[in-house]
Amino acid sequence: MNDWTVLGPELLSALGQTLYMVAVTLLLAGLLGLLVGVGLYVTRRGNILEHRAVHEAINLVVNFVRPIPFIILLAALGPVTEDVVGTRLGPNAAIFAMTIGAMFAVARIVEQNLMSVDPGVVEAARSMGVSRGRIITTVILPEALGPLVLGYTFLVIGITDMSAMAGAIGAGGLGDFALRLGYQRFNDEVTWAAVAVIVVLVQLVQLVGNRMARRILRR
Amino acid sequence: MTAPADPDRTRHPDGEVIVRFEDVTKTFVTGPAKARREVVAVDGVSLEIRRGEIFGVIGYSGAGKSTLVRLINGLEPITSGSLTVNGFEVAGRKETELAPVRQEIGMIFQQFNLFTSRTVAGNVEYPLKRAGWPKDKRRARVAELLEFVGLSGRAGNYPEQLSGGQKQRVGIARALATSPKLLLADESTSALDPDTTQEVLQVLQRVNRELGITIVLITHEMDVVRAIADHVAVMQDGKVVEHGSTVDIFARPRTGTARRFVSSVLHSVPDEREVERLRRAHHGRLVIVDVGDGVDIGGVLSDGAARGVRFTIAYGGISVLQEESFGSLTFELIGEDTAVQDVVDELSRITTLREVAA
Repeated sequence: MNDWTVLGPELLSALGQTLYMVAVTLLLAGLLGLLVGVGLYVTRRGNILEHRAVHEAINLVVNFVRPIPFIILLAALGPVTEDVVGTRLGPNAAIFAMTIGAMFAVARIVEQNLMSVDPGVVEAARSMGVSRGRIITTVILPEALGPLVLGYTFLVIGITDMSAMAGAIGAGGLGDFALRLGYQRFNDEVTWAAVAVIVVLVQLVQLVGNRMARRILRR
Repeated sequence: MTAPADPDRTRHPDGEVIVRFEDVTKTFVTGPAKARREVVAVDGVSLEIRRGEIFGVIGYSGAGKSTLVRLINGLEPITSGSLTVNGFEVAGRKETELAPVRQEIGMIFQQFNLFTSRTVAGNVEYPLKRAGWPKDKRRARVAELLEFVGLSGRAGNYPEQLSGGQKQRVGIARALATSPKLLLADESTSALDPDTTQEVLQVLQRVNRELGITIVLITHEMDVVRAIADHVAVMQDGKVVEHGSTVDIFARPRTGTARRFVSSVLHSVPDEREVERLRRAHHGRLVIVDVGDGVDIGGVLSDGAARGVRFTIAYGGISVLQEESFGSLTFELIGEDTAVQDVVDELSRITTLREVAA
């Protein structure tokens, strides 16, 4: 019933768009979220840059953005997106909103994983006269690398989910493919094809993430 | 656990002062905003630690000894007083200003605190990297240090593959990497079994003797002090209640705390239960006398014997530490009352005597 000689290439290009959106968002939200997460962690009480006001301020922003459902954040950010990206439509507009939405989730994941670092190793580094900036980059982050990789893997899946939602506002990608060609035309086969591709994608990401974490954690 | 006392320990009585505490107090503020509580962890401590010695700090947990050692390298800032390391005032310094003095002070920990993400060699190399050593020099230094602690074959292992004693030896190698003048050892053997404790103490002793590094040794085990410390400070409730040479503290403890620590390794004085048992077995007059070099207890007892006073040794122990013998003996004296009293008086004159209540 479906003509896959037409749909096939469309699915492929939708996959390409999804991969592009997820990859760029992962990079941007990953880096920004890392900074915010490290900021949350080091300013906590008893940590190397303890600062209550700064910690509370970051905490407030994170808690403000995090509970907003992504589909609403996407719409609410519209004007800002237009100012920054120049348009509210397409993959780049979606990337902007996804980055904002994901970076605060990343921040929490990073903060939580860094809290698993033994304060003793930080103290050991301090006793050697290592600067606080160096302690973050050469002790805290390497010691938490295994859990961080797993956290980021979890994040990729969340971002893939976000990218599908962004399809609803014309961002393209697998979400758009499933909604426009499947759901709206009552064509379950097309919807399920998109779902299948997403499932395979997620499985691959999880597999790679688990392997990397296992190597880092040596177990 | 019995540590062999070390007879030919090098003494450094006249070494220059490397760490000086002058009326140092450290107060922690804890609890939530509404119920703030001040805890005085270190209370008016004045101490001098001399270059080349092993300085023990002993106390029960909560006595403030771990806080005391953390003040030396500024891991905790002092609240009041003055604390100098090599003449450098540590008090009132910012974290960034402390870096140079910290590079002169190595530190090892009860839980070792090794970097789990780095190999044995990587752990030892880490402080060298931070100090900007070039790679080939780092490699040579790491090999030399691992050789010193006897772990050359373990360079490529990760910490979780090592035993507790091996981990602490890696900790020592890492702490020594940048050739510090002072090594702080915070309960460095408390997580180890007796055999491994000896192994680590021997390494520490070599660090002191062969490399001439001053060591500040925090512990709650008197055996550790006895095995390697030259001087010891006894801490209780944040205060140093007694300090002196290890021999002095062992031979003549003045405070109850010091006496309890000494009796934890030297059982020369009967405790309450043992006194009860002695009372049941002996019906004469029971006295505990301190013995030591040049205390002529035998002479007094011979004179007593001439007047018909017999004696039995009911309890006691004599130890030798740094070529000085000390200990206590519990005698039962039997004979005519006035003659026994004369013996007791004479013993009281030449040494410390305590009567065991009837």
